[in-house]
Amino acid sequence: MEVQLGHYLTVGVLLFSIGLYLALAKRNVVGILMGIELMFNAVSLTLIAFSRFVESPQPIAGHVFVVFVITVAAAEAAVALALAMVVYRNRGTIDIDQINLLRW
Amino acid sequence: MASIDRLGPELILLIFAGIIILADLVVPRWRSGLVAASLLGVAGSIVWSVTLVARDMRGGAFDGALVVDDFSLFFSFLFAGIAALVILASIEYVDRFVRHQAEYYALILASTAGMMLLAATTDLIAIFIALELTGVCLYILVAFLKDVRSSEAGLKYLLLGALSTAVTLYGMAFLFGLSGSTNLTDIANVVAQANDDTRAALVMAMVLLAAGLGFKMAVVPFQMWVPDVYEGAPTPITAYLSVGSKAAGFAVVMRIFMEALDARFISGDWANMFAGIAAVSMTVGNLIALTQTNIKRMLGYSSIAQAGNFLVGLAAISAADGELALGASGVLFFLAAYAFTNLGAFIAIIAISNRTGSDEIGDYAGMSRRAPLLALGLTLCLVSLTGIPPTAGFIAKVYIFNAAVQSDLVWLVIVGVLNSVVSVYYYLRVVLQMYLEAPVSEERIAAGPALGLAMAIASAGVLFIGILPFPLLEAAEAAAQVFG
Repeated sequence: MEVQLGHYLTVGVLLFSIGLYLALAKRNVVGILMGIELMFNAVSLTLIAFSRFVESPQPIAGHVFVVFVITVAAAEAAVALALAMVVYRNRGTIDIDQINLLRW
Repeated sequence: MASIDRLGPELILLIFAGIIILADLVVPRWRSGLVAASLLGVAGSIVWSVTLVARDMRGGAFDGALVVDDFSLFFSFLFAGIAALVILASIEYVDRFVRHQAEYYALILASTAGMMLLAATTDLIAIFIALELTGVCLYILVAFLKDVRSSEAGLKYLLLGALSTAVTLYGMAFLFGLSGSTNLTDIANVVAQANDDTRAALVMAMVLLAAGLGFKMAVVPFQMWVPDVYEGAPTPITAYLSVGSKAAGFAVVMRIFMEALDARFISGDWANMFAGIAAVSMTVGNLIALTQTNIKRMLGYSSIAQAGNFLVGLAAISAADGELALGASGVLFFLAAYAFTNLGAFIAIIAISNRTGSDEIGDYAGMSRRAPLLALGLTLCLVSLTGIPPTAGFIAKVYIFNAAVQSDLVWLVIVGVLNSVVSVYYYLRVVLQMYLEAPVSEERIAAGPALGLAMAIASAGVLFIGILPFPLLEAAEAAAQVFG
């Protein structure tokens, strides 16, 4: 069996769904961030698969996109961990259930 | 060189952001210098935009990644104006910070550049980068106080923001997969030839994009972060978020949906989707705003309701036949009117809470005697948010509801008008509190010169647009022509 576009997309959907589930279900901030990272990776996989299989006027646009996604995700993770540190210093926990000072 | 010239307004802001951070290393704690440099950066950006208009430098740049047209110029001026008012409103507030004042101003400039880029970019990769440039700067600004509330707000904003970015990206990935291109014009060509086979994928990409960008626009059901972040963030940043981030969200949604997804057979779908979201946003935002006791949270929910009003314009864009521009120009006009109005309200709140240290509506009792001018300005802005003449909010609402009627969205207009009636209660409750209740203390409250100037500009803007709306209307209509 040859690996086709559909296979990559299926893996992408699975990864994205697992990431989304983690992001919504995890209580620990770091766990949520890992879920979001997984979603970014699913997007990268999908983009790479498309740029490999879809005929395109800009053949490397998908690759360039992925490089930017990886870079920006790293920048975002740096800020996220810094903020998690600040919250931990203030509250002594990064459990999202206990970070509940602001609520209606 | 033409490409670099067209990037000028954003480039100047980013250069000044860098200068401010470096200058702070050389000359530490030179406060007035920081403010002057950041205002100079904004002024430089405006001058460059004026030059672009004067020399008629409209056109694409960087191989179609960026475009200078009436739409992007409209937003360049809008965001520069917003940034200038936010910087003026921040001066007194930021003076309390012991450290990192330079970074505060630099981040405001950088995020303004990101917002301008959001309105000007026409390539998915560039849009994504602009989205993140705006987002990451704002996450840090929200958590800038580093106290319990501010850091909690920042973390919540970041987690939901990153999640929504991932969803947006997934939608972009499918648009790329369908068209093989990241350029919005190329995508539009492919979408125009789409058939029933590709329709499902197209609808999925559209829904993912709307869901991810709905976070930026702060519409139901992506509004969970709004009240928490608005309450916890430094108040000038709350003001900035409520107008800047929201306008940027609408700018990029209009750019993507009206440029790339404009084909008849898909535009009807998203118009219906936006009409539904508009009705729900207005209703949910207004009903929860009724119960709020903190004025920042109340304005947070009010901003969700107002986002519903803007979406009426987006729904009317495509429902009309031959009248395409009216809904789009309505959104643009409303965004500008709302920027003056909401900034004015927040500037009054900043001036008052700098002295009282409280954001509770109960503490605004008798404010008309303690701070007559601020109370008057705040009243004007709240009246404008309600949509009562002779203010900017009134014209904006009439214009956008008129667009909806022309697009046969009468039910949406009825929902909108009913919601306006509901909103009278919570907006004017603050006014009654200020004018009819006995003051909690006799201490007078005076705004400093910078806040006073910002308040005067915002109030003048609200009244000017309310009485003489035509210059802004013409600008909004010219900008909307880009999609005509």
